[in-house]
Parts: sequence; structure tokens; C-alpha cells
Amino acid sequence: MQRIGVFVCHCGSNIAATVDVKQLVAYVKSEPGVVYANDYPYMCSEAGQAMIAEAIQNERLSGIVVCSCSPRMHEATFRKCAAGAGLNPYMVEIANIREQCSWIHKDMETATQKALVLARAAIAKVNLSTPLQEGESPVTKRALVIGGGIAGIQTALDIAEAGYEVDIVERTPSIGGRMAQLDKTFPTLDCSACILTPKMVEAAAHEKITLYTYSEVEKVSGFVGDFTVDIRKKARSVDADKCTGCGACQEKCPSKKAPDAFNRGLKMRSAIYTPFAQAVPNVPVIDRETCIHFQTGKCGLCAKVCQAQAIDYTQEDAIITRKYGAIVAATGFDMIKLDHYDEYAYSQSPDVITSLELERLMNAAGPTGGHLERLSDHRQPKEIVFIQCVGSRCADDRGKSYCSKICCMYTAKHAMLIREKYPDTKVTVFYIDVRTPGKNFDEFYRRAVEEYHVDYIKGQVGKVAPQPDGRLLVQGVDLLDARQLQIEADLVVLAAAIEPSEGVRPLAGMLTAGIDTNDFLTEAHPKLRPVESATAGIFLSGTCQGPKDIPETVSQAGAAAVKVIGLLAKDRLRTNPCTAMPDVLACNGCSACANVCPYGAITYEEKEVAAPGGRETRRVAVVNSALCQGCGACTVACPSGAMDLQGFSNRQIIAEVDAICR
Amino acid sequence: MQELKNRIAQLLADGSVQRILGWKKGEMDYDAEPAFFETKASLDAFVYHGFCAANLSKYMIEAAKLPGKTLVCLKPCDSYSFNQLLKEHRLDREKAYIIGVGCSGKLDIDKIRAAGIQGILGISETENDTLRIETLEGEKSCRRKDVLLERCHVCKGKDHVIFDEQIGSSRDTTDGDRFAAVREIEAMASEARFAYFQEELRKCIRCNACRNVCPVCNCRKCVFDSTKFDSVQKVNADSFEERMFHIIRAFHVAGRCTDCGECSRVCPQKIPLHLFNRKLIQDINTLYGTYQAGSSVEGKTPLTEYRPEDAEPQTAGGKR
Repeated sequence: MQRIGVFVCHCGSNIAATVDVKQLVAYVKSEPGVVYANDYPYMCSEAGQAMIAEAIQNERLSGIVVCSCSPRMHEATFRKCAAGAGLNPYMVEIANIREQCSWIHKDMETATQKALVLARAAIAKVNLSTPLQEGESPVTKRALVIGGGIAGIQTALDIAEAGYEVDIVERTPSIGGRMAQLDKTFPTLDCSACILTPKMVEAAAHEKITLYTYSEVEKVSGFVGDFTVDIRKKARSVDADKCTGCGACQEKCPSKKAPDAFNRGLKMRSAIYTPFAQAVPNVPVIDRETCIHFQTGKCGLCAKVCQAQAIDYTQEDAIITRKYGAIVAATGFDMIKLDHYDEYAYSQSPDVITSLELERLMNAAGPTGGHLERLSDHRQPKEIVFIQCVGSRCADDRGKSYCSKICCMYTAKHAMLIREKYPDTKVTVFYIDVRTPGKNFDEFYRRAVEEYHVDYIKGQVGKVAPQPDGRLLVQGVDLLDARQLQIEADLVVLAAAIEPSEGVRPLAGMLTAGIDTNDFLTEAHPKLRPVESATAGIFLSGTCQGPKDIPETVSQAGAAAVKVIGLLAKDRLRTNPCTAMPDVLACNGCSACANVCPYGAITYEEKEVAAPGGRETRRVAVVNSALCQGCGACTVACPSGAMDLQGFSNRQIIAEVDAICR
Repeated sequence: MQELKNRIAQLLADGSVQRILGWKKGEMDYDAEPAFFETKASLDAFVYHGFCAANLSKYMIEAAKLPGKTLVCLKPCDSYSFNQLLKEHRLDREKAYIIGVGCSGKLDIDKIRAAGIQGILGISETENDTLRIETLEGEKSCRRKDVLLERCHVCKGKDHVIFDEQIGSSRDTTDGDRFAAVREIEAMASEARFAYFQEELRKCIRCNACRNVCPVCNCRKCVFDSTKFDSVQKVNADSFEERMFHIIRAFHVAGRCTDCGECSRVCPQKIPLHLFNRKLIQDINTLYGTYQAGSSVEGKTPLTEYRPEDAEPQTAGGKR
């Protein structure tokens, strides 16, 4: 029989104003196993902890229940306190009577009733608790950053500066990401490439950083401190050691039929290509789908013109397997596809473009050499309409419910740059709200309105209709003046919503990192742990976690790096003892648990076990407790209930349910 | 049957197999039961006819632990159950010699009685799909298709998914909609549905026949027998069995049930237990694509595999 102590926290008035703590103390005293109960205004305070420690010793308690806030807040505090008083820390149970009770109820009587139920469930569980021992695991002092945009680059640089090895895996042939595609950046209007490329070069040159471009993460196993990752280094068909980056191959390549993804498909590129002039590494890749040599066996021009003899048609994909202590996801964003927005005529007219396409059209290295023109007839547009929130803040299934956050600012930027460079252009912006929180952001927007006379209209556009003369009839509504508007525009720019990059779902699966309904990776706590995934050792950097502008991305990238450094600085990690444990006597050997285990922690062995009338050798489950993360999936999958999670055993959970339903 | 009998006698005689797992003649023509045969003499009692409905797969779990090979007779639908057992590593394929026996649908004695045929003394099957029934009141007959077991109206087809050799021909007897009854129950208002299940399940006497016959209910230690879960006391408490036993069992076999129909066939209270399983099979088919448990030994199963395109909880409920 356990000797249980129950400690009820008032949390000031957070709990005590809604839950009758005195009644709770009186009630739990008659619960089975309880030998001591008391309350205190702040149980997490030093005095509160001292009260717990004293009771553990004086009352010879074998387990305690703390009725307080969420275990995410103070479970660690009370476990440490118990350990200090000589009690196994896993004999501590938290009954969450704050977040799950006092904060969500108004009526004292019902809240108190619920608190009694939560307390007795926790007591029922502690009655069946057993002491557990933590283990230790080593830390591989190397980090992996997935994604080579500004977020990944910044995180890698910060980790490398602290002295740890970092690898960056980038899917495209060059690092740089979205920021490399941008022309100018708000709110300072400095050139995006000018501030990004030094960081790209720094990352490439850093002795602690290894770049794997044109590569993808293929498999992730292991756990915090000891991940094993397979990286597929796709065949570049160019020997990076020999290539001088002269560019002759790209000039001579006769196949120029592939849409140039870096320029958002606004121009064609050669089959052998580097995405942009400042690419890092400056080593081209051959796109085998469009390469004449790979498709027909002929051509071979690039190999002929390459002085360095770097072209290697025989190159094959390579799998690199490496160990890492920490993994950072920095996979960034893309713009949503506009298939569901036919009313804006995006697929009908080349003169309806997205904002990212406009960035390329205004960029000196872009398809038009920086000259703003209509793609249909190469005329300079005189009347431009910007439409905000295309797919953002969307009430129906066509778009995203969230605000994409960056569009208000880049649209103001675009409007301003156009008015600066082509002052005779009329620029109109349709908006729902203009959202400009951020340092110097609202001032920036006001400059667009006040100094550059950009016409901001609160209202939405219902239809963009291409006209026979090639212009675009924009039909909108001005909500402030309550009137219908028709504007004959030469160019329409859609501020399309942003969404996580393609492939984030399978990656999240590999990392066992959570994603939200919009496929953004979720942080462990929205306020207090914003750069960590709920999965230990997985960190989040940049827009893979949610829409962000560059300053925010860089801040978060640095924060993620600090968390990684904090982890890599440790030599050994404490392991969670709440891992799965099979009962071999009941195990059928059916593999259901191994099939559902996301960590590959369960294997099967032929083992000699007790059987009716002697011993027998048969197939049973074996859990590698170092790999097991205690998710409990196996305990649910096991048909015979042979699999148990230590600290959350089937019996304990059923006891809790019974106590609640009593 | 004679060809089958000759062949198994030969395999037993030449030592290829140590024992035969088949069906033994019962007291009446219609109550054949599963049996092991270890000697030539014992094979006299071996029968195979329209009333040999019992699925023999599950007996192979214990038979496979015995020395030597066991010859097992499997009908096409039984072969799915055998595969499922292999998939779950419950027996060693090498310990079984499988004869895939032909099947033209199995017969339901209750349906014959329900047709008003009483005092049955003997039943013989004819080539022309009528049954000749000798009764106290003289000879009677009925059409075979009118007295098939429920499961035979939703036949899995005439192919064995696993076998070493095949004897006899089979026929696909499908003439019903497998999920029609499920849809009918789904269409009920929730109160009516609850009342329906209460009415059916209150008949349960917890004889455990459904569990014991079910090929995938083969846990070494069933949770309902385990002291670890305190379920024993709960069974005695109130209407636990009505509400919980069959529901829990259905969930335990979800994704593994081959829909062999044995649970309903053996239920002495005639509870249509297979409907629980069918409902789950239908949902699995809807959410994860059509899946037949036991169709293959290899490959992943819908409920133990995660695929990124899997239905999300918010879409599974019909909402977004």
C-alpha cells in the first residue's frame, strides 16, 4: 500500500478563486492510500516545496499528488523537489486543476467537483505507480539543418560559430532560398541579394559547415542526441571538384526548354544550369529530364566545351549516412497554387502575376533585366492593380484561414518601388486590412500612401476580366465609399498566400515532428518554447513554423541555434524512463507493435519463455528503450495488452478512468 | 469427397504428414465437427460436405507446435484466415500442408428448419442444386441457394489465396450486398440504433463461443481473461457484456478480421455479431481504400501503417 501525500496549490487566486481548495483537501484525505493532505498559496514557491519535502520525510510518503497547474509548467519542479527529499521523482503525479479546471470554469461548485475528480484520478494512478530510473545517452556533437534559405543559413552559421559541426541539406542546386529570389527588402529597401550573398559565402567558406546542395533527407532514425540520417545526394552530373564555374556549358547547351523555377517559370533555362549567378556552390547540375544527352544519348556539347572536364554523365545518386545530435527544420515556404482563383484570371492572362513573379520582373538579374513590362506585349504597364489577401484570411476551403503576414509590407514595397522608378504609373492596392506591426513598418506603409501617392482601396476584387485590347478590367468594391469600382489595368499583381514548402508532410513524418492543420510544423509551446518541436532534438527555424518576414526569420533562426548549442554542449543526456515494456508471457509475437512504432524501437526475437507445463521458445517483442520515446502507440495496437508504457501502464490508465467514472 | 479422402489417406500413409485436420461426421448429417485424424482407421469418420462450415485455420496454431507436418483442409474463404495468421506470425508455414478444398457454399440448418422442414433424419446434396431431405414425415427438398449461410451470399470467391494443392471445384455464390445491413443500421436514428444493439446484445450469455472460434481472436492471454485489467470483475458488475465485450472484441480484430462469419455462425443466441466487424471493414475501406484482411501475407495493413495521405480525424467524420 502506498503512503500518498496530496498537495493542493491555490496559485494565488488562479485556482483558489474557482476551486474550494479546503474542501478538496478534506475530500482527498479519505481517498485510498492518502495519509497526508495540505494546501498552500504557491506550491511552486520555495516555501511550498519545503512543505512537500518535509511531508515526504516526516510522513514517510511513498508517492505524492500535486494539485496545481499543467505538468508542462511545474512537473519538473516537483519531481526535483521529491528527489531532493529522497522520493523517486516518478512517484510524483500532477492533477491539473488550473488549465483543465479553474481557468475554464466559472462556477465554484462545478469546478470544485471537477477538481475532486481530477485529484482522485491522480491518486488512483499513484497507488499503482512504481519507481523508475532514468538512463543516460550520448550526444553526437553535430547538427543537421534541413533547408538552405536564410533561416537555415543563419542557424547553421550561429551553430558553427559556437564551434560545432553543422551540415546543411538543400533540395535545390544552391543555397539562398526564397530570399535569393527577392529584389529589395522592406522596410529599408536594400537589395536582397546584397545582404544575403555574404551570408551564403560565409556559410560555404565556414570550416565547420558542410553544404549538401541538390540533396534531400531520405531517412531519419534515432532520437535526441543520437539521430542517424540518410541524405540522398542527387547526381549533379558535374564533378564539383573540377568545375570552375565558368558557365560555358550553360551557354552552349542547346536544350533551353525547361521552365526556370528560380524565375518562377517566367523564362526558360538550359538543361545544365545554375539557378542564379551568385549560386553557392557555383557548380551547375544537369536536369536529366530535359538534357538531350540523357534523353537520346546524343549531344554531349557541355562535355566538349568544358575545359575542366568536369561533366560526368555517369554520376549516380549517393546516400550519405551521418549521425547528428540535433536536427533543425528550416524548410521555408512557397506560394499557394492559384487554381481555385479563376476570378482573377491568373491562368488566362500572362499579365496577371503573383508578387513573387513581380519580384523577378523587377530584379536586374530577372527575365526582363529589371525592366517592368507586361509579359504579353512587353509594354511598360501604366496602370497596375495589386490585390491583397489572395487565399489568405480565407473563410472557405479555397484558401488559408491565416494571415500570410508579409504581403501588406511587400505590396507597399512593390507599390513604392514602381512609383519611384516609373512615376507616371498609377498604382492601386485593394486590401481587407493593412497590417503593419513591426519596427518602422507602419511608417513605411504611410510613405507609400503619403509620399508615393499609392491609391489604397479598402475592399476586395470580385473579378479580373481580360479585355480584347489586352487590358484587364478589374471589378472591385470600395467599402469606405460604398461604391462599385471598375479599373482598366495593364497589370494585376496577386499577393498570394504562403504555405509550407512541398514535402513538409513526409519530412515531418520522418522527424516525428507535429504539424498543424495548415502543415506548418508545430512548436512545443506557442509562447514558451517557440523554436522547439515537441519531439526532443528537433528544432524549428523560419517559415516552416508559420508566416514570418526576414527579420523575424533571422531572429528565430538564431534562437533555434542557441537551443541546438545548448543541447550539443552536453556530453550525455538523461533518458526518459517512461518507455514501453512488453510482458513476454502475454506477447503473441504478432508484430502489431513493431508495425506502428514510429521510432523503430521494437524488434522481435526468438526467446525462451515460461509456458504452461514448462518453457518454450517463441517469437516475442523486444523494446530498445534508448530508441523508445514513450509515445504509447504500441500499447494501443497490442491486441492482448502485453505492451505497457512504464509510468503510464494500462492498469494505471484504467484506474484513472475508473476513478473518474466512480 | 472420395478423391479428397483418398489423397489425404495417401499422404498420411506415406509419412508426408503426421496428422490430418479436417471434419468428422457428427451424430447427424448436419453436425460435422472439426477433428484431427492420426491413423488410417480414424479416417473412416472423415467427411466433407455442405455442413463442413467450420473454419479450421485457427486449430493450426496449436497443431503447428506438434512434431511433423499437419495436413489442413481449407475452403477458399478459410485460406484468408490462414494467411492472416501467417501475417501475424502465429504459426510456421512449413508446418502445414494445405489442401484447398472446393466449396459451393455452406448450408445453414436453421434456415432449413425455418423453411418448415422438421424431424430431419438425413440430408443429401444433389448435382442439380436441390437438397434431398429425409424426414420423419417423408422426403422433402429445398433449393440450396435458399439455405446458404449468410456469409456465402457475400462469398470471397472460388480462389484459395494459399494452398499446396487443390482438390474439388468451387463456385462463387455471391448474390448479396455485403454492406447492405450495415447501411440499414447506419441509417437508423441513434436512439433506435442503440435500442437495436441493446436488444441484440442483451441475448449474450458470454459463452465466449464467438471469441473462441474467431481465427484472429487468438491471443495467448485474452484481455477478458487477464487479471491485469480488472475486466473480470466488471463483467460481473452490470450490463458490461452487453455494451462492452462485443464492442471491444470488434475493435481488437479491426483490420485483421477476414469476415469469415464464424462468430455469427456459432453464436447460440443468434446475435448477428459479424455486423460489428462489417461496419469496421466498411469504414476501413472508405477511409483507407478497399482492404481484405488475409489476402496477402506480405504488405502493410491500413490500421498499422501511416501514410501521409491517410484520412485526417477531421475529414473522417465527414467534416473539414
